[in-house]
Amino acid sequence: MTATIDDTIRIDTVVGAGDGALLELPAGATLRIVDLHGNQAVDTLLYDAHDVNNRYSAFDTVREQGAVYLTTGSRLLSTRLDELAVISDDTCGRHDTIGGACAQESNVIRYGEHTRHQHACRQTFLRYGAPAGIGQRQLGHNINFFMNVPVQPDGALKFDDGLSGPGKYVELRASRDLLVLISNCPQLNNPCNGWDPTPVRLIGRWA
Amino acid sequence: MSTTYRHEMPGGATWSATVPAGRSITITALGPDANASLLLFAADRLDRLNLPDTLKAQMSACVRPPMTLMSDRGLALASVTHSTLAWHDCLTGFGHEAHLARFAPTSYQVERNDWRRPARSELLLELAKYGLGEADLHGCVNLFTKVAIADDTAASLAWQAGHTVAGDTVTLRTEVDLLVVLSTAQHPLATFDHPVAGVEVAVGPAAPVAADDPSIAFRDETARSLEMSRRVLA
Ligand SMILES: [Zn+2]
Repeated sequence: MTATIDDTIRIDTVVGAGDGALLELPAGATLRIVDLHGNQAVDTLLYDAHDVNNRYSAFDTVREQGAVYLTTGSRLLSTRLDELAVISDDTCGRHDTIGGACAQESNVIRYGEHTRHQHACRQTFLRYGAPAGIGQRQLGHNINFFMNVPVQPDGALKFDDGLSGPGKYVELRASRDLLVLISNCPQLNNPCNGWDPTPVRLIGRWA
Repeated sequence: MSTTYRHEMPGGATWSATVPAGRSITITALGPDANASLLLFAADRLDRLNLPDTLKAQMSACVRPPMTLMSDRGLALASVTHSTLAWHDCLTGFGHEAHLARFAPTSYQVERNDWRRPARSELLLELAKYGLGEADLHGCVNLFTKVAIADDTAASLAWQAGHTVAGDTVTLRTEVDLLVVLSTAQHPLATFDHPVAGVEVAVGPAAPVAADDPSIAFRDETARSLEMSRRVLA
């Protein structure tokens, strides 16, 4: 469902590469995330604004939709099976929700000790989540908008070139009052973004 | 393997234990289509199993030997040293009350101990024993379950009947001190309407991690996760 012309732009902001955001969206609001330069990973967590322990669940979402990838029509469910949001529009076509966020410690595992002090999404989540009471225990497994992580019938997983491009966007419609926690990924070790993290634009609309 | 502890869990049950580093935990299916949902916590109970990190570091969409199970903070919590099965589901989570609704309702009043509860409800009760709650629930490995991934545009999922038979086993080696939590509730996508099989859990000492350990040899990422755990124990 697209936003009606009566909806007012309440949020219009650019999140720089490696930066983050914590947004409050009322039920019915839409949030459009625009990949300004293409192939950026936008690590995103959703929370019930009134109870941050009722949070996005990648595995409940994947199981209930009976498929791994997220796209238009995907219902984003909480750990209590509440619908937090629906992907209402998507010009990219595929988004990952099983690859998780980068962290200092997982960078060391994946790339080696020299990456320990690089910026990472988990740090951004902790920093922007803290004012809302979102800490280590509340960090579940996130969505990676615009990332392409193909799973294979033989159980293999790989990271592919993104399907995204400059100006592609995904739009969420909030099914209840939400907190949206975003880390615009600073990952420098993964070819998905061409080793060059880039900014994204967030446009929130509600009546 | 010598065994210091052996415990039989019926289907539909939940169990937990603190297990120190250097132990071997062998879980054996006692019947067909068993399911054992596994949660792992490090000693501080804040650091815990992180399946996305586990999967992406080892380029796998399922758990199989000789992968390690990695934590939020980049430790190998446990290594999967042996399994008769090449696929343990880790994408589809555990069941809710809503998943039991398609079967005939059960209750304690009528069925006594055959009353069925979903894994999520049972695990929350088990976690409460340690002062843990909803915020501590994390993505689980569904040992003995395969949810197949189709080669289609959505990567559609289908639970596989008959994946596990009685006697199938999986063995974990604990790499740091752990809290291990298991539920034998039916997998939420399982289609059968009868009690789910139980599992046996056997804990004993593990052989030390040798230089040619299959997990170290598997991938650089797997070796680094074990090195990080070794530093914790140092
Ligand atoms: Zn990242």
